[in-house]
Amino acid sequence: MTKTVTDVICPFCGTLCDDLEVVVSDDGKTIVDVYNACAIGAEKFMHSQARDRVKRPRMQQPDGTYKEVSYDEAVEYTAQMLANAKKPLMYGWSSTSCEAQSVGHEIAEKVGAIVDNTATVCHGTTLIAVQDVGIPSCTLGEIKNRADRIIFWGCNPAHAHPRHQSRYSIFPRGFFTNKGHKNRKVVVVDPRRTDTAKMADYHFQIEQGRDYELLSAFRVAVRGEWLPDTVAGISKERIYEAAEMLKSGRFGIIFFGMGVTQSLSKNHNIDEAIMLTKDLNDYTKFSIMAMRGHYNVTGSGQVMGWQFGFPYATDLSRGFARYNPGETTSNDLLVRGEVDAVFVLGSDPGAHFPISSVKKISQLPSVCVDPHITPTSEVSKLHVPVAFVGVEVGGNCYRMDNVPIDARKVVDPPEGMLTDEEFLTRVNKRLEQLVAVT
Amino acid sequence: MTEYLIKNGFVFDPVQGIKGDKADVAVKDGRIVTGVSSGAKVIDAAGKTVMAGAVEIHAHIAGPKVNEGRNYRPEDKLFTYTPKSRQSRMAGGFSIPTTFKTGYEYARMGYTTAMEAAMPPLYARHVHEEMRDTPIIDEGAYPVFGNNWFVMEYLKNGEIENAAAYIAWLLRASKGYAIKVVNPGGTEAWSWGLNCLTVNDPVPYFDITPAEIMTGLMQANEFLGLPHSMHVHQNSLGNPGNYTVTLDSLKLAEKIKPNNKFGRDTVLHSTHLQFHSYGGDNWGNFESKSKEVMDYVNRQKNITIDTGCVTLDETTTMTADGPFEHHLTELNHLKWANIDVELETGSGVVPYVYSPDIKVCEIQWAIGLEIALLTKDHMRTFITTDHPNAGPFIRYPRIIKWLMSAEARKERIDSFKHSAKMIDATLIAGMDREISLYELAQMTRAGPAKALGLANLYGGLAPGMDGDVVVYNFNPEKDHKPDEIEKAFSAAAFVLKRGTPVVVDGEIVSNGNKRTLWVDAKTDENPQVMRDIRDKFLRYYSINMNNYEVAGHFLTNPMAIEVDATR
Amino acid sequence: METVTITMKNPPGLFLEADNVSPDTFAGKKAADIAALHAFEGREQTSLGKYFEVSGNGGATAADTRIVVKGDVSRVKYIGMKMTAGEVVIENSPDMYTGAWMQGGKLLVKGSTNAFTGIGMKGGELVIEGDTGNYLGAAYRGDWRGMQGGIIRVRGNAGSDTGYFMNGGTIIVEGNTDVHVGTHMEGGTIIIKGNVPSKVGGQMVEGTIYVFGTIDVMMPGFKFVKDEEMEVDGYKGLFSLFHGDLGERHPKRKGQVVYGKLYQKI
Repeated sequence: MTKTVTDVICPFCGTLCDDLEVVVSDDGKTIVDVYNACAIGAEKFMHSQARDRVKRPRMQQPDGTYKEVSYDEAVEYTAQMLANAKKPLMYGWSSTSCEAQSVGHEIAEKVGAIVDNTATVCHGTTLIAVQDVGIPSCTLGEIKNRADRIIFWGCNPAHAHPRHQSRYSIFPRGFFTNKGHKNRKVVVVDPRRTDTAKMADYHFQIEQGRDYELLSAFRVAVRGEWLPDTVAGISKERIYEAAEMLKSGRFGIIFFGMGVTQSLSKNHNIDEAIMLTKDLNDYTKFSIMAMRGHYNVTGSGQVMGWQFGFPYATDLSRGFARYNPGETTSNDLLVRGEVDAVFVLGSDPGAHFPISSVKKISQLPSVCVDPHITPTSEVSKLHVPVAFVGVEVGGNCYRMDNVPIDARKVVDPPEGMLTDEEFLTRVNKRLEQLVAVT
Repeated sequence: MTEYLIKNGFVFDPVQGIKGDKADVAVKDGRIVTGVSSGAKVIDAAGKTVMAGAVEIHAHIAGPKVNEGRNYRPEDKLFTYTPKSRQSRMAGGFSIPTTFKTGYEYARMGYTTAMEAAMPPLYARHVHEEMRDTPIIDEGAYPVFGNNWFVMEYLKNGEIENAAAYIAWLLRASKGYAIKVVNPGGTEAWSWGLNCLTVNDPVPYFDITPAEIMTGLMQANEFLGLPHSMHVHQNSLGNPGNYTVTLDSLKLAEKIKPNNKFGRDTVLHSTHLQFHSYGGDNWGNFESKSKEVMDYVNRQKNITIDTGCVTLDETTTMTADGPFEHHLTELNHLKWANIDVELETGSGVVPYVYSPDIKVCEIQWAIGLEIALLTKDHMRTFITTDHPNAGPFIRYPRIIKWLMSAEARKERIDSFKHSAKMIDATLIAGMDREISLYELAQMTRAGPAKALGLANLYGGLAPGMDGDVVVYNFNPEKDHKPDEIEKAFSAAAFVLKRGTPVVVDGEIVSNGNKRTLWVDAKTDENPQVMRDIRDKFLRYYSINMNNYEVAGHFLTNPMAIEVDATR
Repeated sequence: METVTITMKNPPGLFLEADNVSPDTFAGKKAADIAALHAFEGREQTSLGKYFEVSGNGGATAADTRIVVKGDVSRVKYIGMKMTAGEVVIENSPDMYTGAWMQGGKLLVKGSTNAFTGIGMKGGELVIEGDTGNYLGAAYRGDWRGMQGGIIRVRGNAGSDTGYFMNGGTIIVEGNTDVHVGTHMEGGTIIIKGNVPSKVGGQMVEGTIYVFGTIDVMMPGFKFVKDEEMEVDGYKGLFSLFHGDLGERHPKRKGQVVYGKLYQKI
């Protein structure tokens, strides 16, 4: 007999679906099937079952091969590395629980590290924009219940957040939106004709790198001011028309993704999009929301926020917290040679960072804590496999709208395998002996 | 556990009616006792003031909007961070301190309990995570109910019992402490960009008025017999002329009688009254109506209030009153964050600079202090800054200075840019009243503890109560310059939290052993309400019902206050 | 005026935070006291003397103190931070935050500087003879009060985000800049003698920007008003005036809407 675990939280993307049903074997050790998840989410659960999974820490040898070591040895190496560094980088934190992040921060405080999460290469620019101009936003249920104007700017949820449109944005029938998608007008701004764009009532095929200008033009049009004939490849007539359409809605929302956060103008694009949203609140109700990627990158920003006051790129090296993207962000630190050790947990910079940064990781003392073998684990001196959060251990996570949901444990981890939190707690204990607070 | 004897201090304890007598306070096993053994650790409090730990009844110190404030204001931390030490974590933030700094700063001032004033239930986990990381002080949080769809639907139909059953369910699910109401109906209206500015403005679609919401919630509160009364932030906050709306709201309490086992004899707490006591009809003729409002409060004995004193700092405003924050950003053009929460509430955050060079800010400063100075019953008026809205809580010692010293107020008034205009619009210049230490103990200890239904634990030094004892370097027999008052209350000489020393000579010596307070109200089985809850989760919430309740592991040392409302 | 010369002898392995290198801190101190001042390399608290050879004593006040910084300071941050008076001359190229939050005095860099030069500046005179990086004279993160006063002159090129959230003072870049000049500007003057690719004056409320060279793509919210004969930093000639950013809020004074002004040399 199998049993079914219900109300399971999907530890994949920031949509953080919490209605999965996972069928597990009678002994509670094997996942048999996953229902309600998208293809990516289901794969995340099934992947934990891989037979070739690494179950013990591995230390890189001088010849590039790996030697299995005990967790004790892994804890010792990690603690020594952090204790001996003058300025270690502790990066990742987006694919783990808030409880683990919290222990990580305690370590970082002890050793004077820089704590940075994956926002540094995704929505960090959004966070900068929010610091500059704020952000009028709402929970995803508000959109489901009220929204009749949906804008996707520089994002493609059809692929990146597959259940977003059915659960929250385009299709759901809510309290004031009982006709589902028929109540809504959908706008997509993207230089490509994406699968999301194909579902839209309006698709603005914008010139690449001109989001800032087009957003600015929307603001001009909302105010009914003068515009040049075309902006970013879009005619002024279409811009005025779109502005009227947005103003005539009852409740609007702009969702945006890395198409605007990491293209030319970066934080300024988001800044301008937020200001457009703010302007529209003079006429109707409008909100804006970042399509956060990792399932708990939002949580990392929250925990860092209440413990240190900054959402990412937090430099604790001088015994107090400082923050300035451009200086305290991981890639700047690595490329400029500002750090002398690298600890990675809950992310894969080996796959996502520029090669110049990855090279630095490979040259420095480095530890990668990850359930998988990843490009990062392969350039790190030590790879520590751990249990999958949201599959083999529970823990709190924050959805893209900052709503916290406590992830469930579905199956046991392989025998003797530590969780992120357990590994970090042991490192922290060891550091209590190694680092004296002055 | 170690025994402590705090010897020879001038004790101020409204619970026992002690008004500055020289007395000893004994603590054993975390509680106040009548005596201790000769092995007790002696704290010499000779020439010093001794009070119970202070109780914060209303501050925004944990949760989503507080953290939005932290994260979106890096400039609030620039050059003001406190490094870590052997005993304490690093601590930063001026107007919105980190959780560690929040615990440390309250403790240093002698506060040992604090209530988070607005918890959006959907974000309850977040609030509890932050409270877990706030050291030393006992905490609880008030979930907001004034714009909740269930509440509005039940109350529209006059279903008090169903509303009460839902409230009991939500208090348990969110591990909340009391019924908080913020801009009743107005925040729901804000989901459409609208507002309710009087107690009679109907809420769009729900067709209920703020007056009906407040009345119904008071009735539900007394039906359940909760420890605290309904705690309300009225409609039309911050607008010139709003004092009439305030009086309309307060009068709703006239019909309600308290019903509880906690010794609470009030039914309505009106918070940050300063923001609700404005006359005039624009910013030009803006003036104080503190007298009109306080005359009513002094007469109407089943109401408590807190002041919401303006501290004249650069701060960060944050409230579940979403439309107010939008109004504010239109005025000052500073960064605006807004968080509308499905079926429940909303909130907004905007920085604000209360400048001593701006007439309106000067008048606001006066109104907050006038409310405290016009008070007749100090067990019903509590000192707050509505942290961080009217100023950061770390300024309490400064407010105490202004309340205890007419000279301090005069100095402040004389250096205002528009002092003559400010004097015309307020009463403050003509007030020579000075708050006594006994009254201070009422307003910051015994009063709030009683209003919260926690008079058996906090706010006094009677045997059996919690061993929360504070010693201030303040000799009541001597004269003090205004700044000496502020200094004495900024950093306590000694703070004992449940029998553990947490502050010595103004420095943190322990992270304490904080508790989390919540209210567990038992009601009769109510299948209709349970069906309504399941239905709304299925159709309108964005998360599953089974993922809604805050599990016990989010609470540090949970302490459930039990209420039996079964009939 | 007394001169203190500090010469880099032992460059840091990582980066050195030398916020104590300022006339305000050096004033009233002998060479040995200056060498003992704190500096930070990562979490290690060390002293300036570990890295620099110090000669000469500080003057009685900051105004009487002149600092000459010699040697390779390419890994040294925060030189001249928060200085209120006196003089600093850096003979080579320092790293980030040179003259950050400067309030007065004179700071001359003979080489180039990295990002965040003169951020949050309130007063004084900052001259960079070479190039500079991003965020010249910009606001610190989240602060709506950027550069308030003082003058910055860069003889070479600047990066992106020059004068971000500028409220007052003057920035002159004699070469080119990257994108985003005067974004969110609400006062002050920016003069770019070279070219700017795009995003000039975006979200500008008030203030004045002069561009002598080309702007590849103009912001849509800038509307041509008229041509004007002007004298700008020693150059006299004809400029086209644009008002903007029309997408942004603008105050009214004496019944007139006040716009940001963008002048482009014809």
